[in-house]
Amino acid sequence: MIAVLLILIPLIGGLALFAVKNESSAKGVALFTGIAVLVVSLLGLTVMNSAANLNYNTPWLGSLNSNFHVGLDGMGQLLCLLTAVSFPLIFIATWNNTYKDGNRFYALMLLSQAGLMGVFVAMDALLFYFFWELALIPVYFLSSIWGGEKRIAATFKFFVYTFVGSLIMLVGIIYIYFQAQQSFDMQAWYHLKINPGTQNWLFWLLFIAFAIKMPVWPFHTWQPDAYEQSPTAVTMVLSGIMVKMGVFAVLRWLAPVLPDGTYLWGDTVSLLCLTGMIYASLIAIRQDDLKRLIAYSSIAHMGLMCLAIFASDKSGLQGVMVQMFSHGINIIGLWIVANAIETKFGTRKLSELGGLAQKDPALAILLVVVALANIALPLTNGFVGEFLMFNGVFSSGVTRYGVLDTAVAGICIILAAVYTLNMIKKIFYGDSNALTQSGRPTAFPVLVSLAVIAVLIFITGVYPKPMLQLTTDTVDAILKYMKTSI
Amino acid sequence: MNAIIFSAIWGLLMMFSGIFIRAKAAIRNLAIAGVALLLLLNLAEMSHMSIFHINVRNMLVFDSFGLLFNTVAFGATLIYLLLSAKDIDDVGVNQAEYFALIFFVLCGVGIASSFNTLLMLFLGIEIISIPLYILTGSDKKNLKSNEASLKYFLMGSFSTGIMLMGIALIYGASGSFAVANMAKIANGFVPVMMAGLLLLLISMSFKVSAAPFHFWTPDVYDGAPTVFTAFMATIVKAAVFVAFVRLFDAAYGPSLYQWRLTIAFIIAATLFIGNITAVFQQSVKRMLAYSSIAQAGFMFFALFGYNEYAKEGIIIYAAAYSLATIGIFAILIKMKDYTFDGYNGLAKQQPLLAATNTIFLLSLAGIPATAGFFAKYYMLIAAVKNGAYLWLVIFAVLCAAVSAYYYFRVIQAMYFKEGNGQAKEVSPTFKIILVLLAGLVILLGLFPQLLTTHLYF
Repeated sequence: MIAVLLILIPLIGGLALFAVKNESSAKGVALFTGIAVLVVSLLGLTVMNSAANLNYNTPWLGSLNSNFHVGLDGMGQLLCLLTAVSFPLIFIATWNNTYKDGNRFYALMLLSQAGLMGVFVAMDALLFYFFWELALIPVYFLSSIWGGEKRIAATFKFFVYTFVGSLIMLVGIIYIYFQAQQSFDMQAWYHLKINPGTQNWLFWLLFIAFAIKMPVWPFHTWQPDAYEQSPTAVTMVLSGIMVKMGVFAVLRWLAPVLPDGTYLWGDTVSLLCLTGMIYASLIAIRQDDLKRLIAYSSIAHMGLMCLAIFASDKSGLQGVMVQMFSHGINIIGLWIVANAIETKFGTRKLSELGGLAQKDPALAILLVVVALANIALPLTNGFVGEFLMFNGVFSSGVTRYGVLDTAVAGICIILAAVYTLNMIKKIFYGDSNALTQSGRPTAFPVLVSLAVIAVLIFITGVYPKPMLQLTTDTVDAILKYMKTSI
Repeated sequence: MNAIIFSAIWGLLMMFSGIFIRAKAAIRNLAIAGVALLLLLNLAEMSHMSIFHINVRNMLVFDSFGLLFNTVAFGATLIYLLLSAKDIDDVGVNQAEYFALIFFVLCGVGIASSFNTLLMLFLGIEIISIPLYILTGSDKKNLKSNEASLKYFLMGSFSTGIMLMGIALIYGASGSFAVANMAKIANGFVPVMMAGLLLLLISMSFKVSAAPFHFWTPDVYDGAPTVFTAFMATIVKAAVFVAFVRLFDAAYGPSLYQWRLTIAFIIAATLFIGNITAVFQQSVKRMLAYSSIAQAGFMFFALFGYNEYAKEGIIIYAAAYSLATIGIFAILIKMKDYTFDGYNGLAKQQPLLAATNTIFLLSLAGIPATAGFFAKYYMLIAAVKNGAYLWLVIFAVLCAAVSAYYYFRVIQAMYFKEGNGQAKEVSPTFKIILVLLAGLVILLGLFPQLLTTHLYF
């Protein structure tokens, strides 16, 4: 029931918001709905975490043998929690932003939340595909209506990329459906033994969609433009949660279903990930636009997660789980700062900023915390995930290049430190100029949301055990099916 | 049987109503009542309540497939008339005749969906086509309409000739018009039979505007009065497809492996030409003409698949495509400017029209939670089930992605671009029916089995 509620509450809230004409009450309704979802998600984690409460299964399309089967395992819990935490945070952080037709803005935000929840709880491949596409449509409208100057072209590029990917994935899903004696059920798919020759090409039908979503180099070109042109609240959804759909989908629908394909193409994909990480980090160093810098940094981080998945090692996968959550929180933090700076000074150019630390120490401290988490300093949440992932890649049993992969990925961490610290230096230190002198103090809601994020960063950084325990069963199950090929 | 006889009678009634009734509204309502009755009678026949008992000597069969399609077609016509009947009045002076012709087309639809011999197939297709030639040219003062009508008539007659030749050859080979006999002969390789089947395939492909026999479509659809384009591009096209599926099932199916490459070529060409050309259009009406070619490419998968999914699929496809396109055309008729730019900023002027139009366009693009998704889904599943030709399926989905480009151009114009796209005044009833139609599109997109289960009763 919890899983159904997680979809239903934002869906109903979103549809209801189309009728609320007053913008400030629309904000309130949206925040209230977001918090309600968070409460349900926490209930599912703590009090009501029995299987009967979490799962729900009812026939949907009789003749196609597809069921409305939703449920939460450890990985699903974690990502639903991320989604549930993120939306209220986003609403609070952008509380002072005003939108034309604000009620529609918040309505579409909640609809996208419903779609995302659906992706994370679907246990039936057709249902998964359904939500996968549905999550995209509200975001497309959000970015295209309220985005920046070049929004129409940028978001349409994003839409076409993901749409092509998902249609190809649909062919893959249908093919596996017939291999599985016309079943879409996740467990049935896990027990399939498709012959390796078929998996060899079938892998790409699915992986292209996920690679575009993550995004893995060279499928990433939609991402910087889309992040830059979307309104900040939507960028947070895109980078914080939506790109996790790609990682999640590989773990749930690709690696256990097509273990041979995953094994055969592991080194190829790793090569793509490493290329992308180096490439994105180098571009990030040269970026002057704050939003684009964060966008490229995100490509580098996602590359590491993808790399760790294909190492198929227990500690690596645990790291991916933790990092999915941590990266989601951290990058939202970075966007909040970017948004605060942009609304204050009307610019995102690093070269035009400087000396903010004296003017606005609270913002500076909070940004430094988030930024340090982004470069995985110990005691922050980023460290836990990245350390586990590096450990996994290094000791990977499926590739002969584990050491090399770790070394190259390690370089990217150094590069990450370069661009992140450079960003802090340029924004907060050095001489202030006429522009940065003029700024008003940072709005209270922004500081609140950043403080919450900082607290989350330290809690999960110092005591990650509950999170690891939550996902350990899922990791074991995924590995069990992945190992059958070796 | 109910539908065929009743629609013919009501067509005659409509013709004479023009003489005795002066009020335009009365004639219009008479037509709408007629279609509603037609729908009811067909539903009655689906639950085995037939009014007319005529010995058709096995030349027609009324199975669930044909009757279910009739329901879809008549239902779509009812919605079409409810939305656009007023605009039919504005086409010209012979208002009653237009409605009469529409009823005659529906009579042809009834025959084409239930034929059992080639003779009936021919009759059905002709009864559909001839009123359409007239309707295309009904805007008598407009040169484009005249040109379209003449073009349609010449090309149509040509393909009818080819069809007759094909039927003659098949008769020569099998000694019978019965579809069932064709299958026996078609199984072996009899040159006369093959030639006949090929000619039949070509003429049917012409009627459904599949490439490379599609050249008439854009001009005719563009030239005809927009209300009648809406009718032609949806209900009529779907009906011919259903006839095609029936024919294929009986005659080509047993020797499908011989035909599969030909069909694959037609599908690939139709999808490619339809989608790529639609991208370059400036007029929404012409874009919809090419989009109808592109959609025909997808419907062809029902022939290619030849399994139980294909039959369910063509019904869903006919419903999804007809409903969405009727809605888009109904809104298009209300627009002052038919170009993409004419839609700029419509969302501000007419939020409801823009919102429903978006749902219809998303359905045509095949986005989940709209009927169009399951339409395409069934077609893909029918094709993949056969295993071979996966390249064709991947090609098709790539073309579907291209189609998103031109459908979304309308959405972009309505919502994201500045401008004052003007629509004519629309009545509250029009809006209510649009909303209901959009609701129906979404309902079928969540539960397509509402429609398909009736295939098995």
